Amino acid sequence: MKKFVAIVAATAILGGSSAIAQEYKNQIKARQGVMWTISLNLGTLGAMAKGEMEYDADKAAAAGRSIHGVSMVHLATLFPEGSDGGMNDGTTAKDTIFSDRAGFDEKWAALGTAAEKAAAEAGTGKEALGPVMGALGGTCKACHETYRIPQ
Amino acid sequence: MLKVLVPAVLVAAGIAWVVTAPKSVAEDEFVAISGAEADRGEVIFTAAGCASCHHAPGAEGEARLVLAGGQAFPSPFGTFKAPNISPDPEHGIGGWEVRDLANALLHGVSPGGGHYYPAFPYTSYTHMADRDIVDLWAYLQTLPASSEPSVGHDVGFPFNIRRSLGGWKFLFLKDDWVMDGNDLGAELTRGRYLVEALGHCAECHTPRNALGGLDRGRWMAGAPDPSGKGTIPALTPDKLTWSETDIAYYLETGFTPEFDSAGGHMAKVVTNTAKLEAEDRAAIAAYLKALPVPGSPSTGY
Ligand code: HEC
Ligand code: HEC
Repeated sequence: MKKFVAIVAATAILGGSSAIAQEYKNQIKARQGVMWTISLNLGTLGAMAKGEMEYDADKAAAAGRSIHGVSMVHLATLFPEGSDGGMNDGTTAKDTIFSDRAGFDEKWAALGTAAEKAAAEAGTGKEALGPVMGALGGTCKACHETYRIPQ
Repeated sequence: MLKVLVPAVLVAAGIAWVVTAPKSVAEDEFVAISGAEADRGEVIFTAAGCASCHHAPGAEGEARLVLAGGQAFPSPFGTFKAPNISPDPEHGIGGWEVRDLANALLHGVSPGGGHYYPAFPYTSYTHMADRDIVDLWAYLQTLPASSEPSVGHDVGFPFNIRRSLGGWKFLFLKDDWVMDGNDLGAELTRGRYLVEALGHCAECHTPRNALGGLDRGRWMAGAPDPSGKGTIPALTPDKLTWSETDIAYYLETGFTPEFDSAGGHMAKVVTNTAKLEAEDRAAIAAYLKALPVPGSPSTGY
């Protein structure tokens, strides 16, 4: 118990400036899962586009639909105020997300539009992959430019 | 004693005055180059990322070609603001001549003879070929004019005295290449030009010393992000283990080999490198792969 009090006291002293990592752990895990799901499926499309993997219409369409699926999650649930990398360990979310919510939401909506197209077109042929990847990649960059801390 | 001291002080002051005096190109040096090609100039403009710094804050798409200025660049010495460099004769550089642009890019000197701050990366552009400056000038004149007045910098003493930059330039404005040697071969020579001169990659990816000069001994070894939290990654082959194809693909699409996507200031750089020829992206990748590992004994620097 004494030890616990000491830890609490130390945390209170240090806590002023240092990161408090626990509060948004689940939100951080969840949103990173969303990002990795997008990456994984982009990987499938990219490998086919580059010719490293044989084009397979079903697999390509499934990847496009997966990205479209995750693009529909409600963003505010994943990025509560205060869950940025300035206040928490293990996340590179920037506090600009909270100071400019509308801009952040708009960038996410742009991904949604590109993902809808990806879901509809990725399975129509290998030549569709270039434009699909280009459009998706453009939306990733546009958001990461303003709302992510460099690693 | 005083007899010795006074001349010594005068000599020192004289040296300081000479060292800090702005250099410039000869009167007729650029006039002689004829047949400027704005199309070629556009490629130089893109590779050099001029728009990334000089477009208005928050501009997107085509609006990034309106070089109205206004973006802020924080540094330990103060916050610098990019000026209007659109062809507007009053608020931009419409009244300039090609020689003025050459002085700005090669020597960091304004038409009035003052020193520019190195937040304008002329320490890289100093390597630019004369021909490229002439073509770039032709291209800049095709862009839309903006009547937005330039905003002043937010810089304290002594850095607000431009003359003091002469000493800084004497120390850090170097005209030799970091990857030296004349027998680099065509691809590496091109890569070096794109990275060290136009792309000014080192301005972000190389750590700085206490005076704000690039630490050439740790060339491309990664650096803290000047805008606050986070670090800019190292590009030396010990840290950046991607293949040349992977690097070129990143510069084209923004996708890492794991299909993460470029962010921060690099997103703007990729918007530019995406527009280059594939051979140019390959040349940049070849240059990065040829970089020495910092601190390794085989390197001269
Ligand atoms: C204005 C600053 C800036 C300039 C100029 C710049 N970079 Fe970057 N670079 C960054 C930042 C910031 C990142 C981290 C990107 C992120 O967070 O996604 C980065 C990341 C990278 C990466 C990915 C490295 C990794 O391990 O993830 C490569 C490759 C790269 N840059 C190459 C270049 C090249 C080549 C140039 C010159 C043509 C260049 N950079 C110019 C800021 C810059
Ligand atoms: C990293 C950001 C950055 C990049 C990239 C950049 N500039 Fe600048 N530029 C600045 C800043 C900051 C200043 C202000 C310097 C000063 O006032 O001392 C400046 C000043 C200038 C000036 C002087 C304008 C005046 O009114 O005196 C010119 C001309 C100019 N830049 C042209 C260019 C061109 C052409 C390119 C591309 C080849 C370029 N800049 C790329 C940041 C940048």
